[in-house]
Amino acid sequence: MIQLQNVTLTFPDGENRITAVDNATLRGNNGTVTGITGPSGSGKSSILAVAATLLRPDSGGVLIGNGSDMTDAAQLSKHEATQLRRERIGIVFQQSNLLPALTAREQLQVMARLGGGTSRNKRAKIDARVDELLDAVGLTEHAGKRTHQLSGGQRQRVAIARGLVHEPEVLLVDEPTSALDQERGAKIMELISRLTHERDTATLLVTHDLAHRDTLDDLVTVLDGRITTPVAGRALTR
Amino acid sequence: MRERKGIIVFVAWRELRFARGRFLLIGAVVALITLLVGFLSGLTGGLAAQNISSVLQLPGDRLVLQQPESSDPSYATSSLDENTVTAWEQADGVESVTPIGIVQSRASASDTDDPTGVALYGLPQHAPGTQSNPLFDLAPVRDDEVGVSTGAADDLGVETGDTISITGTDFTVSVVGDDLWYSHTPVIVLTPEAWSEASKRVGGTGEATVLAVTADADWEAIGAATGTVAETTLASLTALEAFRSEIGSLGLMITMLFGISALVVGAFFTVWTMQRAGDMAVLKALGATTGSLVRDSLGQASIVLIAGIGVGLAAVIGLGTLAGQALPFIISPITTLAPVVVMAVLGLAGAAFALRSVTKADPLTALGSNR
Ligand SMILES: Nc1ncnc2c1ncn2[C@@H]1O[C@H](COP(=O)(O)OP(=O)(O)O)[C@@H](O)[C@H]1O
Ligand SMILES: [Mg+2]
Repeated sequence: MIQLQNVTLTFPDGENRITAVDNATLRGNNGTVTGITGPSGSGKSSILAVAATLLRPDSGGVLIGNGSDMTDAAQLSKHEATQLRRERIGIVFQQSNLLPALTAREQLQVMARLGGGTSRNKRAKIDARVDELLDAVGLTEHAGKRTHQLSGGQRQRVAIARGLVHEPEVLLVDEPTSALDQERGAKIMELISRLTHERDTATLLVTHDLAHRDTLDDLVTVLDGRITTPVAGRALTR
Repeated sequence: MRERKGIIVFVAWRELRFARGRFLLIGAVVALITLLVGFLSGLTGGLAAQNISSVLQLPGDRLVLQQPESSDPSYATSSLDENTVTAWEQADGVESVTPIGIVQSRASASDTDDPTGVALYGLPQHAPGTQSNPLFDLAPVRDDEVGVSTGAADDLGVETGDTISITGTDFTVSVVGDDLWYSHTPVIVLTPEAWSEASKRVGGTGEATVLAVTADADWEAIGAATGTVAETTLASLTALEAFRSEIGSLGLMITMLFGISALVVGAFFTVWTMQRAGDMAVLKALGATTGSLVRDSLGQASIVLIAGIGVGLAAVIGLGTLAGQALPFIISPITTLAPVVVMAVLGLAGAAFALRSVTKADPLTALGSNR
């Protein structure tokens, strides 16, 4: 589960500060894809960056975890936040952000080699899941290909597999379909939805494109940094 | 071990293979610069040995040369008369004084008229501190004998027992010893008396040119009182004109080469590491520690440097061995390992300088849409 609690984030803007996120409260449940939509500049990416511990909010909390194992990511040091990302958060970027020199399989193996005293044990566990994840995103036969040999859709699949290979509790996804056509976009959205449900991940997914809204379990709208009334996406569409 | 290294440079190692061409290029540049520096060092070492290897064998705490009124001391023009030698011998704290004569002349094997440039040393049989001294091992017993260094024996084509002619006088070769040189001429050692005669025949004074002094004394005061200067062996080398000019220009070239290599290697790794900054930001966003990324980058630079330097060093040794037959070229730890270590340190310094773009890479930029 991930919960943003009264999060406010401002950026310096000349003499003043611009409020990118304004007292936002938002909850992403396990096994649920929560869509975050809104016009350009409304603060969607800022919310995701706070959730990803890449930006520290001016105020508010970012609770990650379940039951007794809850962490307020907004209170962590830079070092602790890095560890949290490494162990409990998966990120899928707008660009797939794959490393050009690595094969699809190696993109996943990197997650076991990010430093921070990753134990041999943990490394072996991640390595053992690589093939399973490649299979889950349908890329087993492309495992040996480098980034430039993969299509846009395949790259996004690799990125999704990379985001999940370390079994994070939270998956954060930014505009995953923006570089894809409708048909491929729909497949990517279905894949994220299926993996979220299978793995009981709490997924936050930013999109300004509501064509794929029926693959979302929940949907919130952001306007000028504020979250307008959360709407149950599924209830709405059915 | 392999496993561990594989983890430290997991990404870097794969980049090396992926961008093979670029890394081969910079590795080749490193190898060539290593070859150039190593070759110049070997040559410098060889030239230096041909200039000074005999002087380095002179005994004593200090070497005393004549101090001319208005110029720097010089081995070639120094001349120390009886009074000066006596003054040094009787000065406070002086334990021993060995007068030595050095003059450049010509010699020829007795059955030819084909003269060779040589350096004539006039040395006593023994002096304090000369047990197992290759220069003093050449010192002959009798005035009609000479000890000949390997270089001189080769040039003259003589062996022990042969006769050679120096300034019109015949000498018997009593011993052929080590390879010792003075100012690019191979050494022949005479007795002090025979040397004095020879010196006069080539227009010299017949007096000693340098004193090897063992003492615990006020060197400057005695020097000032006797019109001489007492220097350590190393400091005295500047009184060898040929050595000073050669080492000066070669040393400048080597220093400049090191500067160039630091710039080239440093610039490459700076640009390369800056190009990686985007990928580094992504890895940080995924949870990579800065330490692991620094290890990755430095590991990458080390692999390229080690490979380049290794190839360069092999070439230095290979070509140096060939060149050693025609040129004064020395392969020794100082002429090979020292340049190698300097290259490695400079290259890594360049890479370390470039690390700022790794440590400063902002993981937030990975989220942006304009990568
Ligand atoms: N690094 C930044 N510095 C200054 N202002 C920023 C920065 N990032 C975002 N903003 C501002 O915050 C607001 C929200 O931006 P963003 O979260 O990117 O919106 P969205 O993702 O919905 O397009 C915008 O007004 C944007 O200009
Ligand atoms: Mg955005």
